[in-house]
Amino acid sequence: MNPEKQLAVAALQNGTVIDHIPCEAVYRSARILGLEDTTHAVTIGCNLTSRKLGRKGIIKVADMEFDADTLNRIALIAPTAVVNIIRDYEVVEKRPVELPDRIMGIVRCNNPKCISNHQPMATKFDVISREPVVIRCHYCNHSVSGADAKTI
Amino acid sequence: MNPNSFVSIADITEDEIRHLLERARYFEEHPNSKILDGKVVATLFFEPSTRTRLSFETAVNRLCGRIIGFSDPGSSSTSKGETLKDTIKMVSNYADLIVMRHYLEGAARYATEVTDIPIINAGDGANQHPSQTMLDLYSIYKTQGRLDNLVITLVGDLKYGRTVHSMLQAMKYFKPRFNFVASHELAMPQEYKDFCRAEGIPFTETTDFSADVINQSDIIYMTRVQRERFTDPVEYERVKDLYTLHNAMLAGSKPNLRILHPLPRVNEIDVDVDDNPKAYYFEQARNGLFARQAIITRALGL
Repeated sequence: MNPEKQLAVAALQNGTVIDHIPCEAVYRSARILGLEDTTHAVTIGCNLTSRKLGRKGIIKVADMEFDADTLNRIALIAPTAVVNIIRDYEVVEKRPVELPDRIMGIVRCNNPKCISNHQPMATKFDVISREPVVIRCHYCNHSVSGADAKTI
Repeated sequence: MNPNSFVSIADITEDEIRHLLERARYFEEHPNSKILDGKVVATLFFEPSTRTRLSFETAVNRLCGRIIGFSDPGSSSTSKGETLKDTIKMVSNYADLIVMRHYLEGAARYATEVTDIPIINAGDGANQHPSQTMLDLYSIYKTQGRLDNLVITLVGDLKYGRTVHSMLQAMKYFKPRFNFVASHELAMPQEYKDFCRAEGIPFTETTDFSADVINQSDIIYMTRVQRERFTDPVEYERVKDLYTLHNAMLAGSKPNLRILHPLPRVNEIDVDVDDNPKAYYFEQARNGLFARQAIITRALGL
């Protein structure tokens, strides 16, 4: 086999592969998807060669599919990510993650005087620009770029 | 969530703004009535603000409503560690309306999400203070006879001054032209300049509080450079006296010019301006009563 074509990570029989994740967002994406607590087999790849990104990250989760809302939660930190649904070694669905209009409970407001940093409550942000990504706190109205947003 | 809550000036439409101004005019002509008879209004001041609280409570009292609440968070259950949600839910059992002031930004918005009774935001940190904006608009409307096509000069602390930020948002319907006069340290934040550009509102920006700027203005809105907004006291001392208005500076100003200030004033308007008929800041505070009567009755669906 041509070594360049060799898969860096073993193929899945069934499950979800999230490809083209920016390297710096791989571990945070895994946390947002709740993979720290799963009992399914999870493979995380980092600094893999990518024609699109140069270097990329990848997350494979065996025998598990996610609903779109859950997967779209990583769109803020991994806007380039592509989701592949695998059934019986075949890619049956392939689509990019999509940034929702409202982001609930993922981002921490970076305004220290925001109520959401002082009360036991979920944060809420509205996406006010997509290119580049800018989000605004629903409570205190402070805006932050997607790149500077702190995730919980 | 109650749809009649009033958290931010951005929540209401142009029609609602005009309707509130007409209502304020009605209350100026009829400040005393029994329209709130049988209603209980809670004033929850998690941060002391005597001026705003007295204005709201006078508005309720003159309309024959009853008031419960606290003016000092130290005497409330907050000091025992109760969450804001629990306090709002508890008070909602007793009152028809909550008027709240909080030191944290977004507190009033959050409060609307945990109760079905209307919430009026009486100031949430540096964020919003919509009843102040309504009284400012009413003052402009009353003194100029219109809101459209006015030249409005904002002076002083344009960085932290929430009243000037709300003013920009509220005036977007009325084709204003703005002059922003401030030191570099207290200049209008980029997001509000972007807002003006997006809304097609022309503005100039200068550090020089010059005769040229003053003489073209219909409204000069002075703001206090607030000591409590500074982390560095040396910086405060350096900028606090840079933008003081003296009576002599008004010599060439337009006859319809009026000077507004949200008060309290420290030294940004010299006392020699007080006797000039163009000084309007004391009447402006009085307009707060009528604007708040309008806001309270709207919130209660009356």
